[in-house]
Amino acid sequence: MWQFFHKLGSPKWFYGIAGRFMPWLLGIGLLLALSGIVWGLGFAPKDYLQGNSYRIIFIHVPTAFLAQSVYLMMAVAGVVTLVWKMKLADVFVKAVAPVGAALTFLALFTGAVWGQPTWGTWWIWDARLTSMLILLFLYLGVMALGSAIADEKSAARAVAVLVLVGVVNIPIIKYSVNWWNTLHQPATFKLTEKPTMPPEMWVPLLLVVVGLYLWFGWIALYRMQTEVLRRERRSRWVQDLMHPGGRSDVSSGGARADGV
Amino acid sequence: MAFDSLNALIVMEGHGPYVWTCYGVFFLLLGVLVWWSLRERRQLVREQKQLQQQKTEASPLQAGSTAGSFQRINTSRQ
Repeated sequence: MWQFFHKLGSPKWFYGIAGRFMPWLLGIGLLLALSGIVWGLGFAPKDYLQGNSYRIIFIHVPTAFLAQSVYLMMAVAGVVTLVWKMKLADVFVKAVAPVGAALTFLALFTGAVWGQPTWGTWWIWDARLTSMLILLFLYLGVMALGSAIADEKSAARAVAVLVLVGVVNIPIIKYSVNWWNTLHQPATFKLTEKPTMPPEMWVPLLLVVVGLYLWFGWIALYRMQTEVLRRERRSRWVQDLMHPGGRSDVSSGGARADGV
Repeated sequence: MAFDSLNALIVMEGHGPYVWTCYGVFFLLLGVLVWWSLRERRQLVREQKQLQQQKTEASPLQAGSTAGSFQRINTSRQ
């Protein structure tokens, strides 16, 4: 266990192991997400109440779901940064904050476009919508704070504190639809209950959720690799990797770079 | 298939513009994110390779030879 923990602190080890997982994450993720999207757009039955506009759910729910879990993952990484001062945790936060911001924006945007034909309005200051907007600002704040402080260690600590303060927003997002009964409908999936939708609707939705998670795994590892290379650019193993006429797979992620 | 024709799939009984806008922005934004991440990596690799090239030209004997020397592994723990 401790050896694993120690190894996890080694950027070189991380670089190599990430490269092995990445092709699988990307391949299976794209396959699942795209098949779920095609199924949802063209083959799932239409909703008896909302008609075809409900087909937005197949990207709205996965992006909203992932936007919140990415923030939770960042919070865990924030604790690791503050307690164990592990640099890879900070690398993770820095690498995924823009991805989280994009996913939150997509959840808000698809929600607004869905709201127009369904509720008759693009936006209201409903608790769910407002707390998601705060999540977007938190992501943007993390990105801005990280790039505003030049010293890497101070930046890592400041960002970790901001992420942890903002984590209070996550239960608010989750329970907002139960606490305040306004326009947004309650959760589509619950762990403890059977879905209220027919399988022809929730199976493609689940495919997109799982596929998008795997795709996120890929882009997170790829962006972390880039950040590791940037931070370790003066170390021997990166210099060997970057040697002119050296390995050419460094741009694509370097699936075999562990043997350097 | 839930639709009779390709045209029906595009129009979606009037909801087409809403649905297709969402899917368009979804693929566009995630595509831009991927393109931006790939470009960051390529730029970093290009810069570092150029730096190495300059080093090799400055001292051709030392650069790039790991044989016979100790290899330092940075574990990044403080």
